[in-house]
Amino acid sequence: MCDTLPVYFKDWDVVVPGELLAEGNYRPGSNVYKEDGKLYSNAVGILKFNRGVVNVVPLSGPYIPKVGDLVIGEVIDITASSYVVDIRAPHVAFLNASEASVKPLNLHEEDLRKLYDVGDMLVAKVISFERAFNPSLTCKEKGLGKITKGSIIAIPAVKVPRLIGRRRSMISLIKSETGCEVVVGQNGYIWVVGENPEDEDLVAEAVRRIVEEAHVAGLTARVMQMLKNKKRKKS
Amino acid sequence: MISKVKKAQILSLLNSGRRVDGRTLDQYRNIKVETNLIGRADGSARVSIGDTLVLAGIKYEIGPPFPDTPDLGVLTVNAEFLPLASPTFESGPPDENAIELARVIDRSLRKAEAVDLSKLCLVPGKSVWIAWIDIYVLNHDGNLIDASALATSAALLSSRIPQADVEEERVKVNYEDKVPPPLSKMPVTVTIAKIGDTLVVDPVLDEEEAADAKLSLSVVEGKLCAAQKSGEGVFEVEELQKAASMALSKGEELYSYLKTLAGGT
Amino acid sequence: MGVCLEEYQLGEGKVRLNMAGEQRRLISDDGVRHDGRRPDELRPIKMSVGVLKNANGSAYVEQGNTKILAAVYGPRSVHPRHLAYPDKARVRCRYHMAPFSVETRKSPAPSRREVELSKVLREALSHAILLEQFPSTAIDIFVEVLEADGSTRCAGINAASLALADAGIPMKDLVAACAVGKVDGYLVVDLTDLEDKNGEVDMPFAMMYGKRKVTLLQLDGKLSYEEFLKAVDMAVVACERIYMMQKEALKQRYLTLRKSIEGGGST
Repeated sequence: MCDTLPVYFKDWDVVVPGELLAEGNYRPGSNVYKEDGKLYSNAVGILKFNRGVVNVVPLSGPYIPKVGDLVIGEVIDITASSYVVDIRAPHVAFLNASEASVKPLNLHEEDLRKLYDVGDMLVAKVISFERAFNPSLTCKEKGLGKITKGSIIAIPAVKVPRLIGRRRSMISLIKSETGCEVVVGQNGYIWVVGENPEDEDLVAEAVRRIVEEAHVAGLTARVMQMLKNKKRKKS
Repeated sequence: MISKVKKAQILSLLNSGRRVDGRTLDQYRNIKVETNLIGRADGSARVSIGDTLVLAGIKYEIGPPFPDTPDLGVLTVNAEFLPLASPTFESGPPDENAIELARVIDRSLRKAEAVDLSKLCLVPGKSVWIAWIDIYVLNHDGNLIDASALATSAALLSSRIPQADVEEERVKVNYEDKVPPPLSKMPVTVTIAKIGDTLVVDPVLDEEEAADAKLSLSVVEGKLCAAQKSGEGVFEVEELQKAASMALSKGEELYSYLKTLAGGT
Repeated sequence: MGVCLEEYQLGEGKVRLNMAGEQRRLISDDGVRHDGRRPDELRPIKMSVGVLKNANGSAYVEQGNTKILAAVYGPRSVHPRHLAYPDKARVRCRYHMAPFSVETRKSPAPSRREVELSKVLREALSHAILLEQFPSTAIDIFVEVLEADGSTRCAGINAASLALADAGIPMKDLVAACAVGKVDGYLVVDLTDLEDKNGEVDMPFAMMYGKRKVTLLQLDGKLSYEEFLKAVDMAVVACERIYMMQKEALKQRYLTLRKSIEGGGST
């Protein structure tokens, strides 16, 4: 295929902005740009090749909303007809009253504050986003809405894919080993509900590990080992 | 901000070696230098480069020297981009552009050693002559730096400083008999803009707005004495070399406007 | 009296080299500088990335005694709204010197020099950032000089590039900077404060090294055309060394952890 074209790094190498990754017919993937037939990284990250596409998985960076993303955010303001929600993106998001809950809100009779107040954490979905403007959210589906129990962990949004894992392997592992409900917001907020605080702490530890070691191969195995050890210690 | 259409037009003209106002790439607009316009100032000059109009005024005052240079006079340059000069200028203290312009011109004067500050000392540590140079931008049509630098040099060259007698640390100033200040070689500044891949001398406002970056190079006696790259664009190393060479040759031309002034040292 | 005079009193005058007022030579006949370096030698440089918790990206750089802390916030929304650019991010930069960073205490209020350098630094870094990816936002760069011993704006650019990369803001390339000067007739790189104040020339220079594009050039002092060409060449070589150090610094924090995990076995 493209095997004979020059490539200067291999999978899992840490690369930095401006670094020349490859030349030729490769296609630029995430955080990679092509100039004069050469592919460069635009971020500090891990190089990953995938069928002729050169990707750099960034190790830090802002959360860029995508339509359909599940996010967790905090209500920071309320206007006449919408909630202003901080989803840790460059722009704040808006949750219009008409999208706020499965049961429609009657603005004439009810105060928006009755449903969600400033300081409330919500699970929502991004329904529209143009880069120059504020994203719009909805809570109109089952499973979305105000968070009333459990705990919230914040991680860099760029590490979320690693937390979820290939075919959800990592997140399923954590859920099964800890017995906790875990909802992962694409924006880097994670909502954990466990039977007891120790289980939730275990999730937090696994998450911390993943964030720190995202760039080292074999992470799933190490996390599994860590979780099993901790469980053994408990019993 | 320049419209995309205008920028495209400028770029396409440049590709055939032409500029919006018909000049060649290394040609200055029409330059006019007039001096001694403001009676109350010790020195003044008005310079127009095309429609860009700048007035520079000089006042000599006696004051304390800087603590770390007790035997040197003081030279200070300030620039005001007057709101009447452009719809984009607002009232208020000098913004980053005005501050940058003043400091670039100040550096060029200092490094050219245009004013012999040691001769401006009256009583070491206590009294020295302070040369207040104020640059007033009256109309902005691009290339404020070159016009301001030329006005500053012309104002200095045509200025007169009062004579001072020092007796036992007391200074007596004779405001009637003024003499030429202690000046030597005056620098001139040549600004080159990079638009696309072309370097042009003396950018007019539209060209400035279409440019990615500018390089202002001050020259004196065949050498560079100051330089300032401005704008968010970039230069190739080869372009720096080319610009330096253009500045050295255009500098000669600008200098001819100063030669006739006050004996033109 | 204006802000102008205040400016110069604060460390911009000439420095006396010894009590007798005699000028000591800054460079010996065989080209050894006052701190023992050769003309083309950089000072010892330290770079650390990710040093502040709250900022999106941060870095700390030491070049000799010059100590710089840089932090980046963003992309984030711009207030007031009318300051935002509809098609790209707006870069704002603040270069500031701590009052205790210089010999004679400097007032914390922004001086004209800091205003100019804030602009110069912004213009040295903007082109390297892929601004079009974040329209209507601001990217704020803060450069704090903790100790000033020459070449603060260059060290500031070196630190800011690292901070931007640490923040994960997409960049075309890193920006490396170094000042070239002329001291007792010799062209030298990476000036100390003594060399800057008492030398003949200071030429700060920065470039996106990988792309060979110059983003900063200033000159304060006389250079012939030939000297200018030579000085630029020396600056380019110095920038390459700094660029390599920046890449190392960015990779290091990940590579050390990886080595310990892969080498030492798992916990």
